[in-house]
Amino acid sequence: MKKLEGLPREMIALRASKELKDGDYVNLGIGIPTLISNWIEGRDIFLQAEIGMTKTGPLAYGNDVDQDLINASCQAVVGLPGSAYFDIVESFGMIRGGYMNVICMGALQVNGRGDYAGWNNPARGLGNVGDIGGSMDLCAGANKLIILMEHTTRDGQPKIVEELSYPATAKGKVNMVVTSLGVFEVTPQGMVLKEIYPGLTVEQVQSVTEPKLTIAPDLKEIEL
Amino acid sequence: MIDKVWKSAEEAVADIPDGATIAIPGFFVAGVPRTLLRALIAKGAKDITLACGCGPLIGDPEIIELLIKNKVVKKVIDSYALYRSATKGAQDPLEQSVRRGEIELEVYPMGTLAEKYRAAAAGIAAVYTPTGVGSVVQESTVTNKNPVKKETRVFDGKEYVMELALKPDYAFIHAGTGDREGNLQYRRTARNFNPVMAAAAKITIAEVENLVEPGDIVPEFIHTPGVYVQRVVVVPRVTYAVTIE
Repeated sequence: MKKLEGLPREMIALRASKELKDGDYVNLGIGIPTLISNWIEGRDIFLQAEIGMTKTGPLAYGNDVDQDLINASCQAVVGLPGSAYFDIVESFGMIRGGYMNVICMGALQVNGRGDYAGWNNPARGLGNVGDIGGSMDLCAGANKLIILMEHTTRDGQPKIVEELSYPATAKGKVNMVVTSLGVFEVTPQGMVLKEIYPGLTVEQVQSVTEPKLTIAPDLKEIEL
Repeated sequence: MIDKVWKSAEEAVADIPDGATIAIPGFFVAGVPRTLLRALIAKGAKDITLACGCGPLIGDPEIIELLIKNKVVKKVIDSYALYRSATKGAQDPLEQSVRRGEIELEVYPMGTLAEKYRAAAAGIAAVYTPTGVGSVVQESTVTNKNPVKKETRVFDGKEYVMELALKPDYAFIHAGTGDREGNLQYRRTARNFNPVMAAAAKITIAEVENLVEPGDIVPEFIHTPGVYVQRVVVVPRVTYAVTIE
């Protein structure tokens, strides 16, 4: 299947960043979600890094790199006035306890009921084991869970699927999906297409999406 | 005067028996007890279970190579033990050993591991957590060997997984500063699993970059009180690249 042109990864992150409000405490997963940090500098958004930090600063370069100051994606970062460090029990306590306003995660598959898979890619051939990391805790405590991902796999297969074929990270937790082709909301009626990549038709998006999409009455082009 | 300082990392790990379970803190590269791990390997330890938190081994590929070459490890417990990238994983001796079934890998959600150590530290037998409900984690342990069934229970209409306390025989701790009575202070995000593992283990051995006298660390700013720490060794500050790529 030919892959449809859509938003590059940086722009998926930019679109998702518009869901964050000043004052929000936010956790960003590995992959595309981490790129959101490039779009919120100067805004009053508090990034939590599950390694044990709130108000995580931007990436550190040169002399600012401190090997004991990293984010959860193992990148050197800087601290900011108001940053706090704490241990892992505290960190996951605030995550599981529901103190994060928004959680942004990458995914291998999502379905119309808000289930998603991300921790164990069968293509890795590792069987039952994989890297769970903090993903399941983040889902357990999420108030709003946004998935950021390419709309299809490298060879054009849908990632928004009818049923997960990969091991689930969590079930019924996803609220919103931002992909290269559109913005989707998970509702009791299933997946609703709210915004679409400029120049694409609804039929084109549906052709690379397994579940039948509901089209929002006020469907618009993705706004960046 | 009580002085918990031992002469060297080698001496401090000398009595660890084969088959022991050792807690290894560190979040990828930060807060990993590199010197104690190397001393454990050097003493020829065998059949060791490394109870980790978040990928301290892939934070130091040289340690993985030494652990595997010297057949130190029987089992690894972790939330993120393997490289995400398939190409990187194909060259990783730990992943190869897991694939061949020579090493058992048991995987938990990171926050669940944190609570398993915390429960052990606080004398609690088990905890009920919502984490993992809706995934295979609620059914049984996630492992490349034989899974053990888990219990779930409903409280107020919501399902929780029962996770047992995990009490290590030893913990290797890495702290920026420590004193002779075992009080510790960690640098920035190198704290991570260090405090909870220090409290969970039966015998806690702390490597510290700076040794100071009791009273030098402001009492309000002690992260791990010395009650949890039996042995302290002074180690040089090791520099490392901040990457798992």
